Amino acid sequence: MKIEEIKNGIVIDHITAGKGEELYTLLGLDKLEIPVAIMKNMNSAKMGKKDIIKIDGVVELSTDIIGYIDPCATVNIIKEGKTASKYGVSLPRELKNVISCKNPRCITSCEQELDQIFKLTDEENREYRCLYCETKAK
Amino acid sequence: MRSLIDIKELSVEEIDSLIETALDIIDNPQKYSEKCKGKKLATLFFEPSTRTRLSFEAAMYELGGNVLGFSEAQSSSSAKGESVADTAKMISCYADIIAMRHPKEGAPLVASMNATIPVVNAGDGGHNHPTQTLADLLTIKRKKGKFDGLTVGLCGDLKFGRTVHSLINALNRYNGIKFVLISPDELKVPSYVKNEITKAGKEYVETKDLVEALPSLDILYMTRVQKERFFNEEDYLRLKDSYILDPAKLTYAKKDLSIMHPLPRVNEISVKVDSDPRAHYFEQALNGKYMRMALILMLLGIK
Repeated sequence: MKIEEIKNGIVIDHITAGKGEELYTLLGLDKLEIPVAIMKNMNSAKMGKKDIIKIDGVVELSTDIIGYIDPCATVNIIKEGKTASKYGVSLPRELKNVISCKNPRCITSCEQELDQIFKLTDEENREYRCLYCETKAK
Repeated sequence: MRSLIDIKELSVEEIDSLIETALDIIDNPQKYSEKCKGKKLATLFFEPSTRTRLSFEAAMYELGGNVLGFSEAQSSSSAKGESVADTAKMISCYADIIAMRHPKEGAPLVASMNATIPVVNAGDGGHNHPTQTLADLLTIKRKKGKFDGLTVGLCGDLKFGRTVHSLINALNRYNGIKFVLISPDELKVPSYVKNEITKAGKEYVETKDLVEALPSLDILYMTRVQKERFFNEEDYLRLKDSYILDPAKLTYAKKDLSIMHPLPRVNEISVKVDSDPRAHYFEQALNGKYMRMALILMLLGIK
C-alpha cells in the first residue's frame, strides 16, 4: 500500500488506532476537495498501532478538535516535501460547536442558534460537560 | 454586574454575608423598607411556580421596590417564538434585576449572558435552584447557630431532587459535616454527588431505613417520593410509607432535631408533625424571602 508523499500540506500523526475516522469527520475533512488519506492501524514503534491522516493541501484545522479526540496526536506541517514544523495538541479547556448536548431538557435543545459550549470538568477522565445544563458529553 | 445561576458561584464568605444581612433584615425590617425604592424586579416565570414567584415579589416589595413580569410562558413573548437571549436583552431595558424560572436547564444562564442587569436563577428544570438552597442555609443557621459539625439526614428522592444536590454542594464547604442519605435503592444519590462529598473530605452513610437513621440526626431534610419515579406500582406501594415522617417515627429523633422540606409537601410529612416544635418547613419558606431580599441587595450593590 503506497500513499504518495505530500508536497505542501498537513500530516496528523500518532492518532490512537481507531480514532482516525472520527477525527476525519469532526474536522470536516470529508467536505474538502483536495486529496485526503486516512491510514488505519499502521505499525508504530511507540504505539503498536496508530492512525494517520494526510491532507495534500494547506487548510486550517481546529487544534481543539484534534486535542478533544486525541490529545496524543501530533500535527506536522509539510512544506516543499519536508516537515517545516511539528506540534502536539492538548485537551482543550472549552469546546465550541464541536459536539452537541444530548439532554432533551437543555435549553440548547429548543434554542438552536445558541453556541454548543462544553467545558473540561475532569482532565483525568477527559470529561466535558455542557455549559448550560452540565450534562456530561457522551 | 453579577448574577446568581448556581449556588457554587457564592463563596462561603458571601453566603455568610448574605445570612448576616438576612438576620439584620429580620431584626430591623424598617431599615430596609426603602432600600430598593425606584428599582424594579422582573419576574420572568416561563413555567408556573407560585410559591417562588410570590417569595421574590414579596422580597422586592418589602425592600420598597416594584415588580413586573409574567407567570407563565403563554403570557410572554416566548409564546411567539422569542429567544431567551432576546427576552433578557429586552427586559434589561425595563427592569433593574431579573428572577427567572424556566423549564429548560441552562435558560437563566443564557439570560445572564445576554442581559445587562443581574439575573437570578429561580429554578431551571431539574438543574439548579440556588435561592432554595439559600433558604435552607438560613434555616439551618437560625435553628442551629452553625453549620460546622452537623449531621444532616436527607430523605426521600435523592436521585432527582435538585434541592438535595444543591444543599449537599453548599454544606460540603463546612467543617465536620456528615451526611446520612436515606432513600430506597431506586432513588439513591447519584455517584457524582457522592464523589463530591468524598472530594470535599466529608463523610456520608447510605441507608434505606429512616427510623434507624433518625437518632443521629441534627437536621432531617425530607423530600417527596414521587410515584412516577418508580418502575412499577408495587415497588412504590412497598416503599412509600417507609419515607413518611409521622409522630411515631419522631419519637426516635433528637429533641432539637430540625425538620426541613423544600415544599410543596404531599404526604411525606404527616400533618400531625406540623405542630411539633421541631417542624421548621414553613419557617424555611419565610427564610427564603429574607435570603432573596439579601440577595437582591447584594446583586444591586445596595448596602
